[in-house]
Amino acid sequence: MAERPPASSAVGICLLFPDLLGTYGDRGNATVLARRLEWRGIPSAVVEVHAGGTIPLDCDLYVLGGGEDFAQQHALEQLRGGGLATAVERGAALLAVCAGYQLIGSSYEVEPGQAQGGLGLLDVETVRGLGPRQVGEVTVTTDLEGVEVLRGYENHAGITHGGDEDVLGRRRDPEGRDRGPEGAVRGNVVGTYLHGPVLARNPSLADWLLRRVVGTLGPLDDRGTAAAEAHERALHADRITAPPAPSGSWRSRLGRAGSR
Amino acid sequence: MVVPGPPDPSGTPPSVRTRLAIAAGRLTGWVSRVTGRGEGGVIGGKLALLVDPDLIATIGEARTTLVVSGTNGKTTTTHLLATALGASSSTGANLRSGLASALIARLDSATMVLEVDEMVLGEALSTSPRVAVLLNLSRDQLDRVGEPNIIMKRWQRVLQEAPPGLVVANADDPQIVLAVGGLPTTWVSPGGMWREDSHTCPACGGLLVHDGRAWECSTCDLTRPVPDVVVDGTVVTGPWGSLGLSLALPGAYNIGNAAFALTAAWSLGADPAASAEAMAQVTDVLGRYVQRRRPGGTARLLLAKNPAGWAELLELLADGRDPLVIVINSRIADGQDVSWLWDVPFERLQGRTVVASGDRCGAMSVRLHYAGIAHSVEPDPEVALACLPPGQVDVAATYTAFSDLRRAGADG
Repeated sequence: MAERPPASSAVGICLLFPDLLGTYGDRGNATVLARRLEWRGIPSAVVEVHAGGTIPLDCDLYVLGGGEDFAQQHALEQLRGGGLATAVERGAALLAVCAGYQLIGSSYEVEPGQAQGGLGLLDVETVRGLGPRQVGEVTVTTDLEGVEVLRGYENHAGITHGGDEDVLGRRRDPEGRDRGPEGAVRGNVVGTYLHGPVLARNPSLADWLLRRVVGTLGPLDDRGTAAAEAHERALHADRITAPPAPSGSWRSRLGRAGSR
Repeated sequence: MVVPGPPDPSGTPPSVRTRLAIAAGRLTGWVSRVTGRGEGGVIGGKLALLVDPDLIATIGEARTTLVVSGTNGKTTTTHLLATALGASSSTGANLRSGLASALIARLDSATMVLEVDEMVLGEALSTSPRVAVLLNLSRDQLDRVGEPNIIMKRWQRVLQEAPPGLVVANADDPQIVLAVGGLPTTWVSPGGMWREDSHTCPACGGLLVHDGRAWECSTCDLTRPVPDVVVDGTVVTGPWGSLGLSLALPGAYNIGNAAFALTAAWSLGADPAASAEAMAQVTDVLGRYVQRRRPGGTARLLLAKNPAGWAELLELLADGRDPLVIVINSRIADGQDVSWLWDVPFERLQGRTVVASGDRCGAMSVRLHYAGIAHSVEPDPEVALACLPPGQVDVAATYTAFSDLRRAGADG
């Protein structure tokens, strides 16, 4: 486990508890941040803190992901004693996804009716949903500078309510109608339910976070990823604006079978 | 159509309803096949279950069944176990309707090995299996199946409700150990690369302490049972002594799968050496590892559908330098969320010729870019296979992509 502090000249990116909150591929967010700095010639170091490890206080960006209930509880206990809140007060940026988002709010329920205090870094409360889990593709419009649209995949049981002034964006259905708030942002802290990982699906959000800690970012030669990202965007744009065409009719299938 | 009743050792004739269900299932399956609407399996099973909802239990109880479930390796293990026992098997169609049609289709076999999706283990246990082989639980299709701990709790419940005669289970996997509880069990230690779903105790949430394959909870008393069967390289050591396995199937994880099959077959009285010999001949498990033709050469088909599977596959690929086509789909049977690609250390493919393909070639390409792996992108895997230079290539594909590639190979 790497617990060395990042070199003073490098941007420190702390991946918090990937062993506990790593079920949904969110460790990719740290990879994306580091690479987008590297591609601009800015040195960075990713520090992974595993369960039982000490959270470094001097990183510039902290990343939390989604995980299972027990693991979330463990992560909360470790974060309460750690210096994440101190680092955030100092101006470090934090991206918290899914279970990570829930536990940096003011409270969340482990079981229905059993609320407990979170880290209080965002003014949101999470209750245990009684209905089916929220699972699927999500499109969000946001006022974050240079971001505009966020896409991702959600998969959670909790329902998060929050201070409306801190909302990250509005969920949009395929017709563009408002389907309620998504996520929260306060200062340099962003919470969201979007996996993907969210920074891989939305490089504009990665750059927004990076600007918060390194200031102006130079241009990035993203010809490598641009085509692939455009392909993905088109795929999801198709998917959410038009239902899939019905597969071949009985007659056409029969015809196909006959021609075999 | 003449419909034989299922064999029934107790001599009770099957009910009219069961006979009707079997007839309806067979007829529908036949119609489905000849009209080209499907493979015939699932739709026939669906209808049969509508006619007789207890069909799986009724037909299953009338013969010797063994069930195999887990996130990874269930198709291969089912096939190996059936081979070792000389029994028939049902692989591939492993949901409820698939099980029903498999049982209908093989009314004449006295012993059947059933591959079972993690979600329908309870249904399969209603066949009163002699042995249940429980391989592993790790993250896979989180949108459809859910988190490993959720599956574990479901398994815990169904195993208590309908305990099989014997459990053959993975001692190295804490989720499996907790799910099995105190049932009579032969414990297998297969080894394995993937640990990312066993950092916390599935029982109490405490931290798990790992030491090699051994593990214990730092808080409660859940700990790894002493294994009865241990895999070390290609040697499987059990109550029968030590036995070297030489499989045609590649990869360390297939030695693990074979160890489960060997153990289950042994528990029914099969001679381990004879089982090993039979399993050594297996080269094709529903198209896995099969070499298919492509323009200018051949392609080895590999199924890779989740991070644990990829962890093993990257070990297997580490020795070769052949070009690799990675085909990623995100249809229902693949899991619609491809975030898991970021749990796979594709950085290890450095130096290989890599093509990103499939419905989600874009997502795969983004992942490879961030991994620093030069690659090309071609959405259609058949075109990718046609464009690569002559010779041997590897293709690693998610479930639906794998099925398409296999079918195209068979047609070609």
